Amino acid sequence: MSEHTEHHIVPKSLYYLIFLALMVGTALTWWVATIDLGMMNNVIMLAIAVTKATLVVLFFMHVKYSSRLIWLAVGGSVFFLLILIVLTLNDYLARGW
Amino acid sequence: MSNVAAVGQAEHHHNPNLAHHFESMEAQKEASLLGMWLFLVTEILFFGGALTAYMVYRQWYPDAFAHASAEIAILPGAINTAVLIFSSLTMALAVHAAQTGERGKVMFFIVITMILGAAFLGIKGYEYHEKYLEGHIPGFGLEFRFDEEYIRPAQIFFSIYFVLTGLHALHMIIGLGIMTWMLIWTKKGVISPDYYAPIEIAGLYWHFVDIVWIFLFPLLYLIGRHVHHV
Repeated sequence: MSEHTEHHIVPKSLYYLIFLALMVGTALTWWVATIDLGMMNNVIMLAIAVTKATLVVLFFMHVKYSSRLIWLAVGGSVFFLLILIVLTLNDYLARGW
Repeated sequence: MSNVAAVGQAEHHHNPNLAHHFESMEAQKEASLLGMWLFLVTEILFFGGALTAYMVYRQWYPDAFAHASAEIAILPGAINTAVLIFSSLTMALAVHAAQTGERGKVMFFIVITMILGAAFLGIKGYEYHEKYLEGHIPGFGLEFRFDEEYIRPAQIFFSIYFVLTGLHALHMIIGLGIMTWMLIWTKKGVISPDYYAPIEIAGLYWHFVDIVWIFLFPLLYLIGRHVHHV
């Protein structure tokens, strides 16, 4: 059985590294929020949050080492989330009232 | 007699946790992972809908949202973010220990994850109590105290705040239930390096709840930080 096991054991050191990156990201997003950058505040805030979420999905949730079927499910959820958000805002932001 | 021996041998080839409709443990694990991910897809869209409501109202009332957000103390929220990220690390380490068959470590890391989850809920409860004292709870016949200029949209902001953080807290409570279940299974010896999918799937759920908070923290706590400085 062991010769064809597909499960990949992620080294613990990588988990510690991801943990550190997530903590740094949290501190960074707090610090950036105290500086008034106008619309850029939102862009940076979301960029940091998306980066943190991607790290969690790829490494803590093992998607990086998962089958293409799992990739499809994860990618599909992001795709439909974007449809939900973009098409809704496309309506609300484009209204003249 | 030889028949009995043959049956006994055949049973030894199969892991007792392998359901009869799966060809192998790998196929079974893959199916259960996919099932959990499909559930998480619905969860992503569920929270996505609430976040879309947040976005629509925020672009309608940007100033009121900034002022209302500035009324939320950042420190407890930041501590909770760190607590959840730490709990995600201990969860990942629990799965790692399950993969390598270190039963004691699996239980240790699940317990630490649960303690951190409970700490999160405790701090969340403290925050809700602060909001109650400050008069920032819309509805329930409570007095809502806010700058007259922004009072209506501020109520919308806090409604969204309580719905989003409340749903998130509910997921945390369910997560604690799942972790208790996993703790019992690990103690009973159900979990092994050949059958650790339950721990892995419970971990997927836990990490997902962490991801939701990764978005909630900046969107709810940090959008009004520069307001007080102006």
